[in-house]
Amino acid sequence: MIRNLWNDLDGTFFPESALDYMPADRLREVQLQRLRAVTTLAYERVALFRERMDAKGVKPADVQKLDDVRLLPFATKADLRDTYPYGLFAVPMSEVVRLHASSGTTGKPIVVGYTAEDMEVWKQVIMRTLYSAGYSRGDVVQNMFGYGLFTGGLGLHSGIEGIGATVIPISGGNSERQIMVMKDFGVTAVSCTPSYFIHLIEVAGKLGIDFKRDLKVKRGVFGAEPWTDQMRQYIETASGIKAYDIYGLSEIIGPGVAAECVCQTGLHVFEDHFLVEIVDPKTLEPVPDGEEGELVLTTLSKQAMPVIRYRTRDITAIEARPCACGRSIRRIRRISRRSDDMFIIRGVNVFPSQIETALLKTEANLPHYQIVLTRKSGLDRMEVRVEVTGGMLSDRLSEMEGLQRRFAHSIDQITNLHADVTLVQPGTIPRSEGKAKRVLDQRNDSV
Amino acid sequence: MKIRQISVFLENRPGRLSALCRILAEAGVNLSTLTLAETGEFGLLRLITPDPDKARQVIEQAGYAATATEVVALQVPDRPGGLASVLRVLEENKISVEYMYAFAMRAGGDAVMVFRFDDMDRAISVLQAAGVSVFKSVDLFGA
Repeated sequence: MIRNLWNDLDGTFFPESALDYMPADRLREVQLQRLRAVTTLAYERVALFRERMDAKGVKPADVQKLDDVRLLPFATKADLRDTYPYGLFAVPMSEVVRLHASSGTTGKPIVVGYTAEDMEVWKQVIMRTLYSAGYSRGDVVQNMFGYGLFTGGLGLHSGIEGIGATVIPISGGNSERQIMVMKDFGVTAVSCTPSYFIHLIEVAGKLGIDFKRDLKVKRGVFGAEPWTDQMRQYIETASGIKAYDIYGLSEIIGPGVAAECVCQTGLHVFEDHFLVEIVDPKTLEPVPDGEEGELVLTTLSKQAMPVIRYRTRDITAIEARPCACGRSIRRIRRISRRSDDMFIIRGVNVFPSQIETALLKTEANLPHYQIVLTRKSGLDRMEVRVEVTGGMLSDRLSEMEGLQRRFAHSIDQITNLHADVTLVQPGTIPRSEGKAKRVLDQRNDSV
Repeated sequence: MKIRQISVFLENRPGRLSALCRILAEAGVNLSTLTLAETGEFGLLRLITPDPDKARQVIEQAGYAATATEVVALQVPDRPGGLASVLRVLEENKISVEYMYAFAMRAGGDAVMVFRFDDMDRAISVLQAAGVSVFKSVDLFGA
C-alpha cells in the first residue's frame, strides 16, 4: 500500500517532511552539490582533513560524482579524540552557539559543536523524525533522554517544540516520578532509551498503574542504544504504545540521522543532510545494497564540524526497495551490532579497552577478564569477571576483598559506571582461538 | 621455625573443593590439615602438607591459582585456658593473629595449631621467650 504523498497523518501536510519525499534524482543532485561544498569546507578549514587528502593526493575538485566520495579518507572516533577539543571545527568559536560532548575512550570526552545554522538543521531532522513516527501538535511529549552534554535530551527537545507539541523536559531518572508525570500531565508520547522504557513499564506495574487503562501514551521514539524486535514487541504488547526506532550519534549531529516511519521496516536516513555508505569493515570496500557492512556517514550540511566518511562501527545494511510510506529517502536496517567491541550500558559508551586500563591500574599483569552484561527489569548490570592468578593471590580474605574493591573503584573512575567485580578461577573464562571473548552481552536474552 | 602453607583460590561453587582434593589424592599428596575461609563468592583453601613444593606444583599444573605463605605451628596445651595462655603472650606484645586453625595431629597429648601473624618473626621470638613450643617442619613431618 502506498500512502498519500507528504502525508504522515491522514489529511495533514508537514512542509519539513516534504524533503523525505524528494524525487530520487533531485535528491542525488542535492547530495552531490552539498558533498562538494562540505569537502571544500573541510579541506580549507580543517588541518586533519587537508593533511589526509593531501596524503592521498585528492583535491576537493576531484569530487565530480557521488561515488567519488570513495576517494576521500575515512575519519574515526580516534580522530575526534586526538583533536580534542576543537581540532575538527571548521568555523571560529564566535560562530559556535552550542557544544555537546560524549564519552571518549581515555577519560577525555569527544566534543562537538554547532553553528546557529547547524542548530536549525538539527531541529528540522528531529521534526522529520517525529512526524515519521506520527507525532504532531497537540501531543504532550515526555522527553526522558538525558539533558546536558549528551545530545539526546536537548536534541529531541528542539524538534518537539519545533512541531508545536508540548515538551516536558524531565530528563532521565526517578522512575516513580516519571510515571506520576505521565499520568497527571496526560502524556501522549515519550522519548527515551528502550531499556529505560521497559524499566518504566515494570515500575508502573508495581505502582498498580496499567499503561493501557490508566495512561494516554500512544507512541514513543526510542534510541541511543541497540535494541531488538523482541524488545519492541514487548514494549508494544505490555504498554499498548507504538514504538519507533531512531538513530543518531553525536559525532554526526546527535539524534536525527535516521528514523523509522509508521511502517516500522527500517530507518529512513535524512539523506539530504547525511550521505550513507556501507563498507566491509575489513577491506573498507563498498558492499552492495542489502548486504551487511559498517555504516559510514558524511555530513552534507554541517558547518561547525563537518565530518567526512565517519566510520560509525555500527553494522547495518541499506534497504533500497521503496518503503510503503512513499518516502524516497532510503532506509537502513535496525543496527544489529558493532564492528568493534564497544558496548552501550545505561546510555554510556564503553570500550573493553577502558575496562582493561582500569584493571591494569590495579594489577600490572593484565588478568584474563570478561565483561558480562545482563538486564533485569529493564536495568542493565555490568559484571566484570577477573581470573585470579597466583601473583594476585593472598592467603588473606580481606586482601582478596580489597582487590575486588580496587578493581571496581578503577572501573568506576574511568567509566563512571558501577561494575560488579567477580573473582573467578583461572581458565574458567571461555577462550575462542586462544583469545578470550571480552564482552558477553546477555541483555537481549530477556527483555 | 616457620612452615609453608599453600593457599588456593576456589570459587564458591559445589564440587570445587572435592575436585581439588581429588587431584591432590591422585598425585599422592598427603594433607596434614586444611581450612577453608570464604566469602559468599569465593574461598581460600589453606593447606599444610609435608611436601608443599610438590603440592603447589600439582595444584598449579591443574590450573588453580596458588600461593605459598609462611605460618607457624604451635603446641597448645590441651586443657582449659590452654589457647588463652598462648594468645595472652601475643596480646601483651601487640601482635595480631590474622587467622588460625587446628592441626589434625597432636603432639605429646597437646593440640597443634597453625597461626598467621601480622609480624611473624617477632611473634616467634616472643612465643619462644614465653616457653611456647614452636614446631619446625621436621618436628611435624619427620625428615
